[in-house]
Amino acid sequence: MSFSQVMFAIFSVMIVVFSILTVTSRRILRAAIYLLFVLVSSAGLYFMLNYQFLAAVQLTLYAGGIVVLIIFSILLTSHISQKFEPVGWKKSLFSALAAIAGTIITITTILDYSFSATTEAAQEVNMNLIGKSLLSVDYDGYILPFEVISILLIAAMVAAIVIAKKGGPGKTESQTPNQ
Amino acid sequence: MFFTGIYGFLTRRNLITILMSVELILNSVNINLVAFNRYLYPHKLEGFFFSLFVIAVAACEAAVAIAIIINIYRRFTTINVEDVNEMKY
Repeated sequence: MSFSQVMFAIFSVMIVVFSILTVTSRRILRAAIYLLFVLVSSAGLYFMLNYQFLAAVQLTLYAGGIVVLIIFSILLTSHISQKFEPVGWKKSLFSALAAIAGTIITITTILDYSFSATTEAAQEVNMNLIGKSLLSVDYDGYILPFEVISILLIAAMVAAIVIAKKGGPGKTESQTPNQ
Repeated sequence: MFFTGIYGFLTRRNLITILMSVELILNSVNINLVAFNRYLYPHKLEGFFFSLFVIAVAACEAAVAIAIIINIYRRFTTINVEDVNEMKY
């Protein structure tokens, strides 16, 4: 077995094990830490595929931003050492059956299909190429999704601030203090 | 990983763990896109950019979801989905 196959096996086993632990753990902070391990392992997979920029973005945004947000909201809204009650067995059984059936269908479909690998040369992904194609107005340019994502980020920021602001719509205005 | 996320989404009762399962689903889709791009179409980069935008969109919706969760916590003092059962009259 070559070294890259061993590394791929290690990363994928880590991802599968930690994702199962995330959804079945009884303590919420451990679930968040397992999610962090899943995201870091998938960034390792991206590094192996030679997509360094995407791995760096994943580490920064996902593992450094979203998991930190999740941990903050866990600290704000629940007891840390509170254990979950186990789910009723009917609900868990049917969900597990649905998930396993979906997995079997997907895996058999993938294994039956014959993928044909192309023989064209691999495109080098360096920052020059990424920057140019994100801003180019040609056929292969990605400037329209780029601008739409900027608008979406601003809208999400404004929405999050407005939703989480204190003081609901029913409050009367406070009286100005008499001089 | 996709079906693990779906199992977690259907089974968990805490809102934040439901959000974590959604992040698992999005991450698995990203790995799929990038793997297809690398091994089947190495001369083009569409899967790479699509997964970049999926990461950005996932960050936005996680932020808005946490704002909504905080608002729900203020109103109900709990974040189990079974206890949030009053709509605004």
